Amino acid sequence: MNLVAGTTGVEQTRALAGALSGLARAGDLVLLAGELGAGKTAFAQGFAAGLGVDEVVTSPTFTLVRTYPGGRLRMNHVDVYRLEHLQEVIDLGLAEMVDDPAVTLIEWGDAVVPALPADFLEVRLAYGDQAGDHRSLCLRTVGPAWAARERALGAVLAPWAPARGPAC
Amino acid sequence: MNGSGLILGIETSCDETAAAVVARGVDIRSSVVSSQVDLHARFGGVVPEIASRAHVELLTPVVAEALVESGAEGPEMQAVAATVGPGLVGSLLVGVAGAKALALVWGLPFVGVNHLEAHLVSSFVEDPTLELPVVALLVSGGHTMLVAVEDVGRYRLLGSTLDDAAGEAFDKVARYLGLGYPGGPAIDRLAIAGDPAAIPFPRALLDQGYDFSFSGLKTAVVTYVRQHPDAATEDVAASFQQAVVDVLVAKARRAAREVGATSIALGGGVAANSALREAVLDACTADGLAAFLPSRAMCTDNAAMVAAAAWWRLEHDGPTPLDAGVEPNLRLPVV
Repeated sequence: MNLVAGTTGVEQTRALAGALSGLARAGDLVLLAGELGAGKTAFAQGFAAGLGVDEVVTSPTFTLVRTYPGGRLRMNHVDVYRLEHLQEVIDLGLAEMVDDPAVTLIEWGDAVVPALPADFLEVRLAYGDQAGDHRSLCLRTVGPAWAARERALGAVLAPWAPARGPAC
Repeated sequence: MNGSGLILGIETSCDETAAAVVARGVDIRSSVVSSQVDLHARFGGVVPEIASRAHVELLTPVVAEALVESGAEGPEMQAVAATVGPGLVGSLLVGVAGAKALALVWGLPFVGVNHLEAHLVSSFVEDPTLELPVVALLVSGGHTMLVAVEDVGRYRLLGSTLDDAAGEAFDKVARYLGLGYPGGPAIDRLAIAGDPAAIPFPRALLDQGYDFSFSGLKTAVVTYVRQHPDAATEDVAASFQQAVVDVLVAKARRAAREVGATSIALGGGVAANSALREAVLDACTADGLAAFLPSRAMCTDNAAMVAAAAWWRLEHDGPTPLDAGVEPNLRLPVV
């Protein structure tokens, strides 16, 4: 099932992610997709704040993985932007990371789906069709873990439901 | 403990596998970085970039090369040091386990080193006369921070990035503009032919505090190119670079004034950027400060800085217990 949301800028993207983090459980996997500057790290920042992480969440592009233990759930923040081969994702131990009692967010995660468990929420961020900071978000559940929470997802996203619903 | 003053340093916190031998924290006898030597030809096998497996394959030949180039034997060292954090846990473990093993075999103390402190100490390796206090601007792919160095071991973190590191912004913008990897040198080269004032990209937090934010600048470049597909890439590169440099230099300058620093020291991979070096030099000249600009070899991750930092740590704190682990989220020790 696909769900659509629209935000007017980075603060709203963070707020939406923070609201969504309320649904997160240990072992959850969230893939963040979308082109450069679409708001993947901003989403992760809002998600972490929602979990109660009070550290500054910075981009994990160069470090590949950052872990934030301070919130309701531990959060693994991963970025596979620099990886060029699936083998590197396997070497990084992503599958084991998802087994942890933590929620794992993977930026550019849509590129490495074959190396991941087939049970995740994909959040695809895109530049809005209006000029400026607007973004559209398309959420897709794959596998049972998030599919069971689709009704709750819909309720959380309601404040950001787009006026006219673009397909996603 | 012998008095050779030699320390073997090992660095595996991120992409580079590196080893170096440094005497008394200042005299570099050898410094080997895996990506800079033709290990493929000399030792055979592939040299993959990321993941601990690559460090495992490279560590032994890199350490051997560092020892050979130094002209010293392992047991002549006074200690063996390795980066314990921050970095990738698997990568850190390889260097730390290797260093501990060598320390045990040679009967030497082990010293765990903070990668960020090593970058700060690297200025003093190349310029032991650098006057304190120094404002250090550490800018790389993974870090962007402004630190008041009151002495070796006495640091005050003034600010750091709230989102993307400066080097990351360079790499991402370069890839977006189709300039390839690594992005820093590519933008540096292209910007020479461009107009740095062509596009007024944002300078986030320019006059506010010492924290940095480069995520919005990256997005502004993408948005501009989407709206102006015919824009000259040279102008985009030059204008982007100028925006980064303006923010970095303005904050370092203001910090030096407020801290009462006598010099500004650059460190990290972005310290190789020619526009940044020139701007720091100009600012220091105008403000009556000394500028420390590291050599290219010292900008990027290396083990000489690890061995140098270990020398100071060994003198001040003594050896690190062998049962101490790695610390992926390690921060700069601040006073």
